[in-house]
Amino acid sequence: MTGAWNLVRLILRRDRILLPIWVLLLGALPGTYATSFFELLPDDAARATFAATTASNPSVEAMLGPIYGSSIGAFTAQRVGFLYAIVGLVNLLTVIRHTRTEEDAGRRELVAATAISRHAPLTAVLAVTFAANLLLGLIAAAGLSKTGLPSSGSLLIGLTLAGTGWVFAAIGALVAQLTEGAGAARGLGIAVLGAAFLVKAAGDGAASSVSWASPLAWGQHSRPYEGDQWWVAALFVIVAAVIAVPAYRMAASRDVGAGMVPARLGPAEAAPRLSTPLALAWRLHRGLLAGWTAGFALAGLLFGGAAKAASDVLSSNKEMADLLAKLSGGSSVTDLYLAEIMGVSAIVAAAYGIQAALRMRAEETGLRMEPVLATSVGRIKWAAAHLVFAVLGPAVALAATGLASGLTYGLAVHDLSGQLPRVLGAAVVQLPAVLVLTGITVALFGLAPKLTSAAWGALAVCLFLGQLGALLQLSQGALDISPFTHVPKLPGGTVTATPLITLTAVAAAFLVVGLYAFRRRDVTTG
Amino acid sequence: MYVRNMENAITVSGLHKSFGRTHALNGLDLQVAVGEVHGFLGPNGAGKSTTIRVLLGLLKADSGTATLLGGDPWKDATTLHRRLAYVPGDVTLWPGLSGGEVIDLLGRLRGGLDPQRRKDLLERFDLDPRKKGRTYSKGNRQKVALVAALASDVELLILDEPTSGLDPLMEGVFRECIEDEKRRGRTVLLSSHILAEVEALCDRVSIIRNGQTVESGTLEQLRHLTRTSIVAELATPIGTIPGVHNLAIDGAKVRFEVDTEKIDDALKHLSHAGVRSLVSHPPTIEELFMRHYQAEPDQTGAER
Repeated sequence: MTGAWNLVRLILRRDRILLPIWVLLLGALPGTYATSFFELLPDDAARATFAATTASNPSVEAMLGPIYGSSIGAFTAQRVGFLYAIVGLVNLLTVIRHTRTEEDAGRRELVAATAISRHAPLTAVLAVTFAANLLLGLIAAAGLSKTGLPSSGSLLIGLTLAGTGWVFAAIGALVAQLTEGAGAARGLGIAVLGAAFLVKAAGDGAASSVSWASPLAWGQHSRPYEGDQWWVAALFVIVAAVIAVPAYRMAASRDVGAGMVPARLGPAEAAPRLSTPLALAWRLHRGLLAGWTAGFALAGLLFGGAAKAASDVLSSNKEMADLLAKLSGGSSVTDLYLAEIMGVSAIVAAAYGIQAALRMRAEETGLRMEPVLATSVGRIKWAAAHLVFAVLGPAVALAATGLASGLTYGLAVHDLSGQLPRVLGAAVVQLPAVLVLTGITVALFGLAPKLTSAAWGALAVCLFLGQLGALLQLSQGALDISPFTHVPKLPGGTVTATPLITLTAVAAAFLVVGLYAFRRRDVTTG
Repeated sequence: MYVRNMENAITVSGLHKSFGRTHALNGLDLQVAVGEVHGFLGPNGAGKSTTIRVLLGLLKADSGTATLLGGDPWKDATTLHRRLAYVPGDVTLWPGLSGGEVIDLLGRLRGGLDPQRRKDLLERFDLDPRKKGRTYSKGNRQKVALVAALASDVELLILDEPTSGLDPLMEGVFRECIEDEKRRGRTVLLSSHILAEVEALCDRVSIIRNGQTVESGTLEQLRHLTRTSIVAELATPIGTIPGVHNLAIDGAKVRFEVDTEKIDDALKHLSHAGVRSLVSHPPTIEELFMRHYQAEPDQTGAER
């Protein structure tokens, strides 16, 4: 392991801002959940109601995780559910950033030529993420105990957060060896994470043990504060090690720059169709489109199938079914569940829209826009080709999830012709809100190209308002900032045209402003 | 200075462009006549790439005028670009597209390319068009861009340091190709800091520094502005030679530099003392170049 220590210092130097941010932020969040629950639910009666209603709603269990009791600890452990996926994502991206991205940029070569061992680069990044996750877990445990929760359950939450990070760091290390190129590694890693999230959501929503197949579910299945299962913490360590071993083997046996799956030769001449900016954009976006559409369809199949099971669970609880029906103004429990699923799908579809629109900026900074603009392709035509995918791509993905969930749900309740259009409509109605985020990305690209990735911040705000706005009792004015607040709750709710037209107009205005500014600005490369 | 007696493919005057506090161009002038190969010389950061990007309508100049093929490079960008081909200094390709696909795509976006010439160029540059963009080396990426540009049917070639990644053999092929282009009557703007290349290929050169043109003309004209160095061994030592520079006398051996118009006087002076041997060499472009660059340290300017 010669040289690993120096590489650790290099990683710490490069991530001196990013690393502390995610460790502190993700570590601090669980404690704040507990604090807000203590304030919101001061007595046992309120806690019992919350446990019997909101917390055991199948759509909440699908998104966050199972509920094992009516204590503040149980609520906090459920709320932490989302964090497991985020910790997983951060670790995945961090490991790929310090392995495959380095190789792509040719910097690994520079480092490998110095006196370091073959295993040092992978060891260094895994050591850093191991320590960072452990620290994150300890901060979370300390924050939770400070609120007055039992320290053993708090430590278990901390350890399972860290453990999830370790498993996904190992997965990151593995996919970085398998593929050729950081983009492909990220794609594969995120696909694995997405699949893990879907399995957990489908399993937990239907109270099925299927969710044990997903590492993202283990943390909550260790039942923190409600009969702590310590052996689960060991499970994380074992699985992370089992995944890391083949990653090490491949890292040592392959050439620098090569993947285990080698790149094939391409055609010597372009097909006749490859002669327009749109054809080029199709080549650059088709993988993304296929991946997202497949993911959305798969999610739709799972959630649509689980909807029936979810409502079965609920209808056994007469009291709660009545309460929910009252709260929702007559909508059925399944409709509420499906509406919740569509709301989350919309946020994810917006992430796709942003990612597709950001390709424009990547083409610009990657110096691949310049040679195209130096041909007779105008700027608007070039941008429009990419926007076809940033606008229609999320539409296709939403339609896929609507069709798939409508199909499995319709089949489950033996009413395909009735349910399919309802569920499809519920998915497609999200599109105007999704396009607002695409529009924001394009506006930033035109007006402030260096800040284009701030569009992710806009999505984070929407996610925050949607997931936590109600819990934190924010004002309607604040909630209205998010375009997703204005989407009709379908299926089951009523549709009014005004918000949909307004959202579409806002999205179109952002697009036009962005394109106008892009046409007049300098091409920047920095 | 160059006299405008033909139509110009490129006319730039008083061009200014700054990025924040950095002044990349400080009143740059450039004239490229139709049918000539024009060398665009300058050290890194002098503003060569910025000028080219303004000419391509990728950057908007702060002030000054630029005319390209009779049009406005900013407003008429798309129509003008049908008539030109550009090879950037830093070629990046789409990782998933093969070299052949990139060549065809860029050619078609410009308005077509000559398949025979494409085949011919691939052979001459010894380039495998089936490889994917991510697997090419820097030199091979540059070859892809060069083949795409040279096989296109255009009037003007704008080449930004096109040989910086090529090996000497391929640089030779590149020179042959540019000679061909010259014969076809195409105009070439060749930005470079490889002096031998410019000396071999260019009809005229413009030397820029800190965003300004410091010298422009044919190589002969530019040589005329500079000095010839002479080393001579004399029969009898002499005290001094009027009108020469950097005179060094070592017994009977003298070494000095002389302005072109004063060579005759200096030689007359030497012959009075009796010349045993004489070596004279004309100014190289290197000397020309160094004379302008070493004059004073960089103050402003950053290449973009």
